Amino acid sequence: MLLDWGYVAIFALVGAGMVTLPLLIIWLISPRSDYPQKFETYESGVPTIGQAWSQFHVRYYLFSLVFVVFDVEIIYLYPWAVVARSLGTLAFWEMLVFLVILVLGLAYAWRRGALEWT
Amino acid sequence: MDWLWDVLRALVGTIIIFSAVAFIAVMFGVLLERKISAWMQSRLGPKHVGPQGLLQTVADTIKLLQKENIVPNRADRLIFASAVVVVPLAALLDYVVIPFGVTRSGPLIFRDLNIGVLYFAATSSLVVIGILMAGWGSNNKYALLGGLRSAAQMVTYEIPIGLALVTVALMAGSLSTVTIVNGQARLWYIVAQPVAFLIFLIAAIAEVNRVPFDLVEAESELVAGYFSEYSGMRFALFQLGEYGEMFAMAAMAVTLFLGGWRGPVLPPVLWFVIKLYALIFVFMWVRWTYPRFRIDQMLNFSWKILIPVSVLNLVVTAFFVVVAHR
Repeated sequence: MLLDWGYVAIFALVGAGMVTLPLLIIWLISPRSDYPQKFETYESGVPTIGQAWSQFHVRYYLFSLVFVVFDVEIIYLYPWAVVARSLGTLAFWEMLVFLVILVLGLAYAWRRGALEWT
Repeated sequence: MDWLWDVLRALVGTIIIFSAVAFIAVMFGVLLERKISAWMQSRLGPKHVGPQGLLQTVADTIKLLQKENIVPNRADRLIFASAVVVVPLAALLDYVVIPFGVTRSGPLIFRDLNIGVLYFAATSSLVVIGILMAGWGSNNKYALLGGLRSAAQMVTYEIPIGLALVTVALMAGSLSTVTIVNGQARLWYIVAQPVAFLIFLIAAIAEVNRVPFDLVEAESELVAGYFSEYSGMRFALFQLGEYGEMFAMAAMAVTLFLGGWRGPVLPPVLWFVIKLYALIFVFMWVRWTYPRFRIDQMLNFSWKILIPVSVLNLVVTAFFVVVAHR
């Protein structure tokens, strides 16, 4: 008997092989021609200006901070969802307190303008 | 020798799922998309290759196989090349936990993981890593913008999707997809959870980067977004990833809300396929109906509407399941 994750590992490994297979085929059969302009970075048909790897204003980094909080919250919710029925009313109230605190956090972030595109 | 038999079965299962997704879902899906869009715009769509243009995507794939494989000079070669493998693989990993039907010996599923729903949430968001890799590795401004937008989109729509999944898990009292389908023997969860279904559908469209949330590859502003620099078969592999992900999301929606393989008279697998394609049709219908959102509208829509609504929906569901139902 294999473990559950053994199956997943086989799936991932064989899958990676199957995805790589067409790449191998094109490596064997695709035509090649050296033509320097072809290897330029595309920029609407004009010569490329500078690098794309430059300073860039990531406008939603506050979103991603809030996301981390909420994602962890959801991870806590999964085990709770499975056992909530057997734990009974107490489980409901405890999770309600947890959720209310988080929603207050979201409301605070919203109020402070963290959810605005600035 | 028992384990060897298991390994062999896993191998065969993997190969079957990968080929089925590549040929039935993706190739046929692309053709369907073109035919449906043509139908909605009073055109004919592909018509010349094969009967009624049925072999169009096969011809396209053969064409793409013969194309030159261009790597831009300034690209980060390793990241550029590996992104092509990550995107379709991440999309296809979703299929491990999707029950396609049921036979006498048990449900037709690659592996019924006991944390199936959580596994799906994890793998479905893996695609964004490949997209970011492609965007960064190309060293192209459009691609980078597309990749970063994709990260913002994933970060935002991951939460409503997760909350919808938790709501269903709460209804079924389990994270295993087979148990969830069995829990819908009497009543599909779409009846009990219409709000969660809508949230899941909207967030799924956003997660697979389709119109009206296709900012990642908005043709009119970003050329082709993160795969601007990819040519030939690599481009086709991104298509595989994208359509594979779309079919996985639809299949998961069928599993969670539409009763999976359950239905009268017809064989279970057929029911699953009918429901799957009905949802795919909805995806395409939405695509040809709505204009694209602006990115700030899209982020606001999730944070200010979808997330509060889904938290509220979860609390109400929890109240009925845990407190009122006792």
